[in-house]
Amino acid sequence: MRITEEQVRYVADLANLSLSPDELTRMTRDLEGILDVMDRLKDIDTTGVEPMAQVLFDAEDTAALRADVDHPERRFPIATVLENAAVSGSGYFKVPKVIER
Amino acid sequence: MNLAQLTIPQIQQGLKDKQFSAVELATEAAQFAAAENPKTNAYITLSPDRALATARLVDEKIARGEDAGALAGVPVAVKDVIVTKGVRTTCGSKILANYIPPYDATAVERLEQAGGLVVGKANCDEFAMGSSNENSAFGPVRNPVALDRVPGGSSGGSAAVVAQGTAVVSLGSDTGGSIRQPASFCGVVGVTPTYGRVSRYGLSAYASSLDHIGPFGRTVEDAAALLGVIAGRDEWDSTSAAAPVEDYVAACRQDVRGMKIGLPKEYFAGLAAETGDIIAAAVETLKSLGVEVVDVSLPATDYAVACYYIIATAEASSNLARYDGVRYTHRSDSSRTLAEMYRNSRGEGFGAECKRRIMLGTYVLSHGYYDAYYLKAQKVRALIAQDFARAFEQVDAIVTPVSPFPAWKLGEKVDDPVAMYLSDIYTITCDLAGIPGMSVPCGATPEGLPVGMQILTKHFDESGMFRLAGAFERARA
Repeated sequence: MRITEEQVRYVADLANLSLSPDELTRMTRDLEGILDVMDRLKDIDTTGVEPMAQVLFDAEDTAALRADVDHPERRFPIATVLENAAVSGSGYFKVPKVIER
Repeated sequence: MNLAQLTIPQIQQGLKDKQFSAVELATEAAQFAAAENPKTNAYITLSPDRALATARLVDEKIARGEDAGALAGVPVAVKDVIVTKGVRTTCGSKILANYIPPYDATAVERLEQAGGLVVGKANCDEFAMGSSNENSAFGPVRNPVALDRVPGGSSGGSAAVVAQGTAVVSLGSDTGGSIRQPASFCGVVGVTPTYGRVSRYGLSAYASSLDHIGPFGRTVEDAAALLGVIAGRDEWDSTSAAAPVEDYVAACRQDVRGMKIGLPKEYFAGLAAETGDIIAAAVETLKSLGVEVVDVSLPATDYAVACYYIIATAEASSNLARYDGVRYTHRSDSSRTLAEMYRNSRGEGFGAECKRRIMLGTYVLSHGYYDAYYLKAQKVRALIAQDFARAFEQVDAIVTPVSPFPAWKLGEKVDDPVAMYLSDIYTITCDLAGIPGMSVPCGATPEGLPVGMQILTKHFDESGMFRLAGAFERARA
């Protein structure tokens, strides 16, 4: 499977990931090698097979649901939530400017 | 007390006979872990205060004559992808280097309610992505059995601390073999329960349709005891199953005469000769216990690595989108716009393997490739699950090697992601099918490197697995 640096740059953009020029070269080579292994899937016949997205077991439709009630003991105060933020203030997460004037 | 050799029944007996208190166990464990950790780097963070606080509660309960719980006074390590309130949880990543969770994972909550002492957070591959524990931002873990070798991954720290003895049992996580493979490499017992058996509330998601939490122990019974405590429905994880939790410790003590196991031929090709010989001898031991052995076939196995690395990375690329520099992660300070801040924070915070998997996952989900990779992989996953379902119509359990070869040298495969991925061949099928699996020590190579035997059973039949493992362990003793 041939893959170009241009494609890798596009995918990095989709993934919101900055890559250095060295990383880009290395990533292109690595993805090419890995996709060669992935391409072996072409050899197995899956005609008529239903895709399996989850491990499912026999259970009632509502088995995974719980009552929609508040659990005050599990609420986090705003200060607790902000404790791990890199930048916060006035009870909010702060981020760089989104819109340029 | 010799912490490195204590088992859970011995701790229970010792507490009962007043040989030692839970506080003494916590103190000893803290000192031992601090002294031993420089050798293996198996812990990222030690939590002596937390262990001591639980130990005091245990001693008070004992003094009042109350039941102190199935894990009373037992030192437990927790893989650092599982959150612990007030104790730093890094996921082995620079991007979470300073993260202090405001809550406990359900598994942690349950083990502490049962009297378990959380002694520290075990090192691991970054976000559980790796097979050698060399992808940790906090440095690799060394295998306590052979310090120049990898402990396996991604739960390398969880396996190493139990082998080294600084914890009696530990929690790991398994998405493609991350419990069983390090258990095999370090010579301890590691259990991947059925998908949904243990709540993942508080486990940092890597690939949600494949992630499990499971126990490590030096004995089969110790691992069974920890699983019994953490298993069962949890209303905070909608994927946790309501199936009743059985007495796994009792299962370990049952007779295995008349049980039927299958050997899948696809798992015995491409195996290192030494490993093959050790597994063959283990199968003979099972036969001597009255177990019937037949051949089975799991024909889709050859496609499992490709299938797994497509599905796992696709899910990872989505799950890891949450690490954005805003709420709880490292933030790059060299960014003018929000978009730049996301990109740079992630570029600086994630290590090479994480980036590789995010990229691969984004690629296989991107327009034009979805059908060829992601959808195709999901169909192959169905075939792998069908293979097992068919085999379990014939046999009670399937026995295989855990890894094609024993622990390799540190650095040996670090620059070859394809070789690293291919080494997971025997463990990933279990996760794809959602069935339980475990690694039980079954011998060592002439160099002294441990080899594990994998036992697989059908969904929610952990008891069948423990039954075989318990009998096997007794026969070897």
